[in-house]
Amino acid sequence: MQISVRRIDKTAILELKGSIDLASSPAVRKILLHELRESRTPRVILNLEKVKYIDSSGVASLVEGLRASRDIGSRLLLFGLSPVVREVLQLSRLLKIFEIYENEQQALSA
Amino acid sequence: MLRVSTNRCPHSQPAGKRVNTLNTDLLLKLEFPSNPELLCAVRGAMERLTERMGFSERECRSVTRAVDEAVTNIIRHAYKGQPNHPIVLTCYRLPKAAGSELAQGMEIVLEDQGEPPDPGRLRGRSPDEIKPGGLGLHYIRESMDVVEFSSSGGTNHLRLVRCLRSENTIRGS
Repeated sequence: MQISVRRIDKTAILELKGSIDLASSPAVRKILLHELRESRTPRVILNLEKVKYIDSSGVASLVEGLRASRDIGSRLLLFGLSPVVREVLQLSRLLKIFEIYENEQQALSA
Repeated sequence: MLRVSTNRCPHSQPAGKRVNTLNTDLLLKLEFPSNPELLCAVRGAMERLTERMGFSERECRSVTRAVDEAVTNIIRHAYKGQPNHPIVLTCYRLPKAAGSELAQGMEIVLEDQGEPPDPGRLRGRSPDEIKPGGLGLHYIRESMDVVEFSSSGGTNHLRLVRCLRSENTIRGS
């Protein structure tokens, strides 16, 4: 799993690449929660275009990030969901809970 | 024995019986330590095996996800996140059951020597609850036709069965 962060104004875009599973989800969780709780970034966008697998621990990290964003009044947005990631979020009945966009431009404009 | 099964598959076992495999048609056996870094190798093996068995692309993902989540649960809960404890994954080809349209399938048995799960935790939680954690068992139940757990002699056994739908046929059988 590779994670990189880009910043555009008050937005942080987290680029995730690889599989989010028990081995990698702690790193995803740590960076996500740092952006929200420590940096208090007003808008955090996750680019999931290159995520080929996500397990329940990865989904739990996203849910924790969502809760943290709500707690501090910021926003957590997702884009670039592959069919595999979308399937898992659907199975978790979480598709309607997250703000999900097709691409980065749409997420930035939202 | 704790059991979750649906009516879709004829391969569940009588309640109270220790989890035993129904078949000796071995397809794959993996023995590996409880290291999260190896989950990708387990998924890779399951993806190839389910493809070879003739499951649809979606079914392959589904079975692979169930096994991944089951191994994850063993590492996290049975072994408390400690590496280098033994896990054994064995896959068998199941024959057509008499009188059933849903015939052939795959039986997966996972064994570990960790702490048996709390029965309350095995009930899982509703995915309607928006909170982190607890989704793994939900994924397993959604993916598999039979989910049975037992513990004996210091070994935990998780038996998972996925039947092939009538439009599919196991290749090579």
